[in-house]
Amino acid sequence: MSQLDASSSASLSAHISGATLGFAGRALFDGLDMTLEAGRWTCLLGPTGVGKTSLLRLFAGLAAADGNRVVTCGDGEPIAGRVAYMAQQDLLMPWLTVIENVVIGSRLRGARPAYERARELLDSVGLADRADDYPRVLSGGMRQRTALIRTLMEDRPIVLMDEPFSALDAITRLRLQSLAAELLRGRTVLLVTHDPLEALRLGDRIHVMAGSPARLDEAMTPAGATPRDPADRALLVLQAELLARLAAADGSEG
Amino acid sequence: MSLLRPLIVCAGLVSLWQLLVWWSGVPPYLLPGPGLVIAAWFTHAGLIAGHALVTIAEILIGLALGTALGAASALCLAYFRTVRPWLMPLLVISQAIPVFALAPLLVLWFGYGMASKVAMAVLIIFFPVTASFFDGLRRTDPGWLDLGRTMNGTALTILRRIRLPAALPAFASGLRVATAVAPIGAVVGEWVGSSAGLGYLMLHANGRMQIDLMFAALLTLSLFAVALYFTIDAGLRRALRWQADT
Repeated sequence: MSQLDASSSASLSAHISGATLGFAGRALFDGLDMTLEAGRWTCLLGPTGVGKTSLLRLFAGLAAADGNRVVTCGDGEPIAGRVAYMAQQDLLMPWLTVIENVVIGSRLRGARPAYERARELLDSVGLADRADDYPRVLSGGMRQRTALIRTLMEDRPIVLMDEPFSALDAITRLRLQSLAAELLRGRTVLLVTHDPLEALRLGDRIHVMAGSPARLDEAMTPAGATPRDPADRALLVLQAELLARLAAADGSEG
Repeated sequence: MSLLRPLIVCAGLVSLWQLLVWWSGVPPYLLPGPGLVIAAWFTHAGLIAGHALVTIAEILIGLALGTALGAASALCLAYFRTVRPWLMPLLVISQAIPVFALAPLLVLWFGYGMASKVAMAVLIIFFPVTASFFDGLRRTDPGWLDLGRTMNGTALTILRRIRLPAALPAFASGLRVATAVAPIGAVVGEWVGSSAGLGYLMLHANGRMQIDLMFAALLTLSLFAVALYFTIDAGLRRALRWQADT
């Protein structure tokens, strides 16, 4: 993997400060702060509808907060053009082959696609022989692997992932988590998830978001290198604690 | 098998036609049998071919113009929100007026030549293409657009790489309808006023009780219409081969 990681940009942190956002007549956030530490995975859990995706979209520049620019990067520059985005749906375009899906970013920027690197990356996730297939003939796991490679092709310092593995079966999900941890090592990642185990396997910092307007709790910082072993006892203890936090969050939600 | 089936259907229809003629004893000047029609087709081959070329040109030009115009107005509707409330009622009104009722007017304005028939075809093609293409453009998966934006796509590259291909299946169904109705526009235009074309030939032959010639012209028109449809359909299928067959 080291050879593939060589081109990744230097780590970059990102901050949201004082984000205020209304949705359907109620305040989703009111002066919310959040930091994505450079080169770390930050996981975000919380009840449905609390605003996790909205927060991710603020980072992605896909939604604007009320008022001024609230997202900044560690180097003081705006975040635009420095994020890669991965959603729950793989968002593969059915009219493009796997390899064309992987290089869609360069196409959209009018740049020349780096097919060689794309093939290299596809090869690294065992999709080399599917490069010229259409997405419809792929399994869910293959599709999400393709989406992961597409995200990697963007080679952005910050990666935003919105429940990317939630539609997969348990075993495929574990494999994809390990793969993502490996491939995105060294990048600043925000992972929105519903799965406490996923957060504990991948997260350097884990936040639970709750309340209305939403607040973030003190980050939980599990020890050890990611991806962590799901059978690890310490992990299971933390999972119990995380579940308790989530239950409390859900309670405060009513 | 795919080619055999239409052949069987055609053979069946022709046999049915022949049987009907035999059993009913209808005189040939009301309903000629298939044999007579084929004979007339060969006798008047030069005449029919000359008129057919005119009608085919009208249909093809009408189809091309109508599709281009429909696609352009769908893009306008999709991209210029301020235009939408103005253009939408116009579109609906244009469809509320029966196009056939406009035919005499079109002939008056555009003359006895091809232009009025092309205009007629354009008028009836325009709406199905606009409506279906606009629908397709409007339904782009918002997730793809989000992805395109985070990838720094421009409005133009997002249109070309995402919105257009995503709308292609909807556009295709509009174009199929357009292809099926295009000959109607051309022929109705010819009936109202013309000096050439298969519609003119049919009217003329009918008036002179040359029913076999009329049927031969009709047969030519049908053959062309079917061939056109299958050609367009095959092209669209090829362009949409990434879709799952259903």
